Amino acid sequence: MLWTRKDLLGLEELIREEIELILATAESFKEVSTRAIKKVPALRGKTVVNLFYEPSTRTRVSFEIAAKRLSADVINIAVETSSVKKGETLFDTGRNIQALMADIIVIRHDCSGAAAMLSRHMDISVVNAGDGWHEHPTQALLDIFTLKEKLGKIEGLNVAIVGDIAHSRVARSNIWGLTKLGAKVTVCAPAMLIPPAIEQMGVRVTRDIDDALKNADAVNVLRMQFERDTEGAFPEQLEYFKNFGITKERLQKAKKNIIVMHPGPLNRGIEISSEVADGLNSVILEQVTNGIAVRMAVLFLVSQARDKNNESSPS
Amino acid sequence: MKILVKNGRIIDPANNIDGILDILIENSKISKVAKNIKNGAEKIIDATNKIIIPGLVDMHVHLRQPGREDKETVESATSAALKGGVTSLLAMPNTAPAIDCVENVALLKEIIQKTARAEVFIAAAITKGRLGRELSDIANLKKQGVLAITDDGVSVDDQELLLRALKLAKEQKVLVICHCEDKSLSGNGVINLGIISTRLGLRGISKESEYKRIERDIKLAEKVGAPIHIAHISCQESLEIIAKAKVKGIKVTCDATPHHFSLTEEAVVGYDTNMKMNPPLRSKQDVEAIRQGLKNGTIDVIASDHAPHTENEKDIEFERAEFGVIGLETELAVSITELLHTGLLGWKALVEKLALNPAKILGIDKGTLREGGNADIVVVSADKEWVVQKEEFVSKSKNSPFIGRILKGLVEYTICRGKPAYKL
Repeated sequence: MLWTRKDLLGLEELIREEIELILATAESFKEVSTRAIKKVPALRGKTVVNLFYEPSTRTRVSFEIAAKRLSADVINIAVETSSVKKGETLFDTGRNIQALMADIIVIRHDCSGAAAMLSRHMDISVVNAGDGWHEHPTQALLDIFTLKEKLGKIEGLNVAIVGDIAHSRVARSNIWGLTKLGAKVTVCAPAMLIPPAIEQMGVRVTRDIDDALKNADAVNVLRMQFERDTEGAFPEQLEYFKNFGITKERLQKAKKNIIVMHPGPLNRGIEISSEVADGLNSVILEQVTNGIAVRMAVLFLVSQARDKNNESSPS
Repeated sequence: MKILVKNGRIIDPANNIDGILDILIENSKISKVAKNIKNGAEKIIDATNKIIIPGLVDMHVHLRQPGREDKETVESATSAALKGGVTSLLAMPNTAPAIDCVENVALLKEIIQKTARAEVFIAAAITKGRLGRELSDIANLKKQGVLAITDDGVSVDDQELLLRALKLAKEQKVLVICHCEDKSLSGNGVINLGIISTRLGLRGISKESEYKRIERDIKLAEKVGAPIHIAHISCQESLEIIAKAKVKGIKVTCDATPHHFSLTEEAVVGYDTNMKMNPPLRSKQDVEAIRQGLKNGTIDVIASDHAPHTENEKDIEFERAEFGVIGLETELAVSITELLHTGLLGWKALVEKLALNPAKILGIDKGTLREGGNADIVVVSADKEWVVQKEEFVSKSKNSPFIGRILKGLVEYTICRGKPAYKL
């Protein structure tokens, strides 16, 4: 399998072999972070621009560390400090970054489709670090990487995704990635937070948390972003915790070694109890560690593909 | 100037004509339709192997003038119209200012008189400023020649207000055109609510937001006994409601756009903002229902909902881009490609929906090739293929959902008000 895409925009468009290639590449990069000198020269001389239109610490830092461990130069642009506030369009900003001879734009944007649309205006690589409710491919890849590390495979696993499915890019990317690799996915949420026709994405839908957890090998607990509930779709926080919160009592009815994941940041006592978050089933911090290897793999693959494309079509 | 169009296949449903005939134009009128007309015409157009139809009557066009001349003007829109075979159009009143009073009608009329290259008829707003609060002066607007009233772009939420508008419209013999959308249901949606909105992570517009409002508006029209026209229907449920109302004898007519009978919500995958319009592209099942509605006559009219927007307003993030697409230059070709060549409609039905029915609904003497009538004539090559190209649009705006598509059916010649107005 050869990686040929200069962009990573989402997991929906990838085939199974491409996802497996990213995971394999990430595996080989994971060791770099354990060295005394945590650096390889794979992207030396390349410039990575983190263009973030939404506040984000963990994803931005993870991409920054990943790029630096590949020896790339990294620039961070946050919306508050950029000319975006002066009315520059996304595509003009992109073109300007390209004119600065950057090589990769890592974009986080509040509008679904922003990464895909930006890539159509760009010759340089675009990596989606989360676009609206659409996709967050590197988050799903690191979730899947962690799962595979723990359980040895993805094929045939039962994975539950619990929380605000409707507004979650993490859920969508996980659904595409997991189903393409042969896992069975169940989504579980209050009715208002399940988007229409989602079964057509190849998942089972349930509103009963115990039903979702019953045969699950892993549960991915989504962050409940109560602060973003502009449509009144969310239940009360305590009621949510009572009906959907992942607690020790609930896990006792599930498989003994069920893996508990969470993309962070945690809302302790809302979607997950502290006991579970810090407990033996939790792999939450390992996810964070693996995020670096996965993002190194993505940056490396898109950069290499772009260099190859440029070689084969000199203009 | 005498013009003779020879040897074309003339399709004129109003007079039950479908045959190879000549057509003679004198003094802006059609003076004769017959075989082998021998007359010393100054200009002879050979239409052998071509189709001759009445000029299209597009009853849903956003001219953008006055106010947004960067998007479109009366002149650019009517030029685009002639290229697309449209010789008459109804201008929607959502300009800046809105066409909601006698003064603004006069302003638009002056622009039309100076710059229009095709026939432009005027629709005025139902309510002042299209704000849904206070009725426009419908009686005086009628005196100014306004044919229809509509708040197009938005629905009149206040039932009492719409009821009064319908009563006045009935009295004044003005058509009420309804943009049916319950905003409390469609909210901030940008595409059809369903699997595609779920996949793309975009807010959805439910079909209920359309058909529930159609149901309500038809009920109000029935109560008053006023004719009502429902614009741009997009889904199966809307059709079922309208079909039932028609059976009941309620005076309701409706139109569908070429994009709603030829494109599904799948076209939005990839976030092409030229696929963003209101009502949105619906499911495959809905598109099939619209096509059947055209076939069985539930849908009376094909109208473009020509809605020009600049690149600055379209080439941005999907949810922030304007709603609407242009259509004047493609509506005939898309109709021929999607409805005629597929065997769904014959020429007669196609001409009825594109020309005769809208003329009848608006009460204008258009859409026919009768002797003594206005000479608005289009010569079409039904089998000629062409690729829709962005650079080739005459319209000031290029926001077409059909860019890159191969269409079959091309306008060769347009005669408007008896004068050659467009030639390929």
